[in-house]
Amino acid sequence: MITLLGIPLQVLLGQLLLGLINGAFYAVLSLGLALIFGLLNIVNFAHGAQYMMGAFAAWLLLTVAGVGYWPALLLVPPALGAVGMLTEILLLRRLAKLDPLYGLLATFGLALVIEGLFRQVYGVSGQPYPVPRSLQGGVNLGFMFLPIYRGWVVVASLMVCLASWAAIERTRLGALLRAGTENPGLVRAFGVNVPLLITVTYGFGAGLAGLAGVLAAPIYSVSPLMGTNIIITVFAVVVIGGMGSILGSVLTGFGLGLVEGLTKVFYPEGSTTVIFVIMVAVLLIRPAGLFGKAA
Amino acid sequence: MNRKFALGLLILALAIAAPFLVYPVFLMKGLCFALFAVSFNLLLGYTGLLSFGHAAFFGMAAYVLGHAMTAWRVTPDLGLLAGTLAAGVMGLAFGFVAIRRQGIYFAMVTLALAQMVYFVCLQVPFTHGEDGIQSIPRGKLFGLLSLDDPIRLYVLVLVIVGAGCWLVWRTIHSPFGQVLRAIRENEPRAISLGYRTQHFKLAAFVLSAGLAGLAGATKALVFQLASLTDVHWHSSGEVVLMTLLGGMGTVLGPIAGAFVVVAIENSLAELGAWVTIIQGAIFIVVVLLFRRGLVGEALALVERLTDKRADAGETG
Repeated sequence: MITLLGIPLQVLLGQLLLGLINGAFYAVLSLGLALIFGLLNIVNFAHGAQYMMGAFAAWLLLTVAGVGYWPALLLVPPALGAVGMLTEILLLRRLAKLDPLYGLLATFGLALVIEGLFRQVYGVSGQPYPVPRSLQGGVNLGFMFLPIYRGWVVVASLMVCLASWAAIERTRLGALLRAGTENPGLVRAFGVNVPLLITVTYGFGAGLAGLAGVLAAPIYSVSPLMGTNIIITVFAVVVIGGMGSILGSVLTGFGLGLVEGLTKVFYPEGSTTVIFVIMVAVLLIRPAGLFGKAA
Repeated sequence: MNRKFALGLLILALAIAAPFLVYPVFLMKGLCFALFAVSFNLLLGYTGLLSFGHAAFFGMAAYVLGHAMTAWRVTPDLGLLAGTLAAGVMGLAFGFVAIRRQGIYFAMVTLALAQMVYFVCLQVPFTHGEDGIQSIPRGKLFGLLSLDDPIRLYVLVLVIVGAGCWLVWRTIHSPFGQVLRAIRENEPRAISLGYRTQHFKLAAFVLSAGLAGLAGATKALVFQLASLTDVHWHSSGEVVLMTLLGGMGTVLGPIAGAFVVVAIENSLAELGAWVTIIQGAIFIVVVLLFRRGLVGEALALVERLTDKRADAGETG
């Protein structure tokens, strides 16, 4: 058996794959956070709750209505997007002119309400979600065994990130969005409906979180606590990357996932804290974040 | 001045009568959280810094007191001192990192640092993981006074919390506190006036962390327990809620908020997740409808009424 630094290559690659999957979720979630922050100036604490709702929606569709994975993947993100837009109209719009800290507090409250409701109904133990039949099994790559679903998650997240990047950098709507981030007053003066743009952006961010939730359902067990657990780590990812650039947050997400996977191999006790330690180091060396602009 | 004196007297009378009217453990829990919220408010209300990780100081100080009193058998006074110092040192380290970023980033950095502390507490042996440090002996204060007597314990808690709140009150009304408020209102201006705002922010952070630690250590002494609950992000959220609900930027607000939140928790404890749901709903309602908090709104109301009366007096 091939070994590297005393670690069997199989184990190393297995953990790297797990890290890549975690990184995929970090990337998609921090992408949504960065988009929302850019236009609304709000750190969306409810992002984790929206991710959790995405996973639960897929699980409920399967167990209650018998709707499978692929339809769920198409249905859930728009549904969560709609819920997100409603949240923006009913709640966040009223806080737009205040200190951004109030947005953080309101979305934190929202996250508590959502998490509490799901905990009240479904308890804290996770619900299993089967891997869809079309993605079961694995391929032997010669040097490692790759479960197909895990490979699919990495590919799908990468595609989502690239598609979002293209939509923002290459389309007219994306150009409006970037302009709105830069100077909302001026964009409005040109006759663009900025409030609508803001609502759609928040909806899109929530939809992305929901999509990540559906992707995550067959990997992690579906539990009310899954959202807040991941979102605090994603906050650290966002601080490390800086919310200035989209590709930057995607790169940081995947990179940190890999680092976490490596830590699991070489120093398992440190795997839960490594991202936070990196955050401290980055803050000391480059306070604006790896891809951030100095404030 | 007279009115302030009367208010002080009223609070003192309430504090003395309270253990005969209300369950003392509830009272002591409320007092500990009151000090926690008051120390937190020094940052949020008077310096404009939202720390979303204050549970780290609160919980870690509880662990330090628990460990010192069970493993080393020190007296409670030394245990409290050790907890407070540990939290202060931690505050120095965290503050040094966190003040490099402003606004929401500051909140995210403190939250992430506290989460790191949580994971560390989950793994290191001295916190006893999921079990926590249980049945911490209360010991004898200064080696003389046994604290197993509930009234004696209550008086100690009252003195600690009173002294802590007094320290915060003095800080706010000192020249140092004036600079903190200047930073809250307009940091670039404070810098242009020649103040090293980073030093002031760090000093406020350390003071706040140390007092939060004192509150946590006191709570551990009262409940004879230091557990993961106290370092969890949920506790960080609770102290934000207490301060926001009571009224940030007022001295009495966080105290009132702490008692309201503890009372809600105690009365709904059997309903499980409903406590979380209600806390979240309070967050949303306060942010939407009364951002000055209970005490802040009450003060504003009193001011409006007295203004009206003064206006009527002038015209009439």
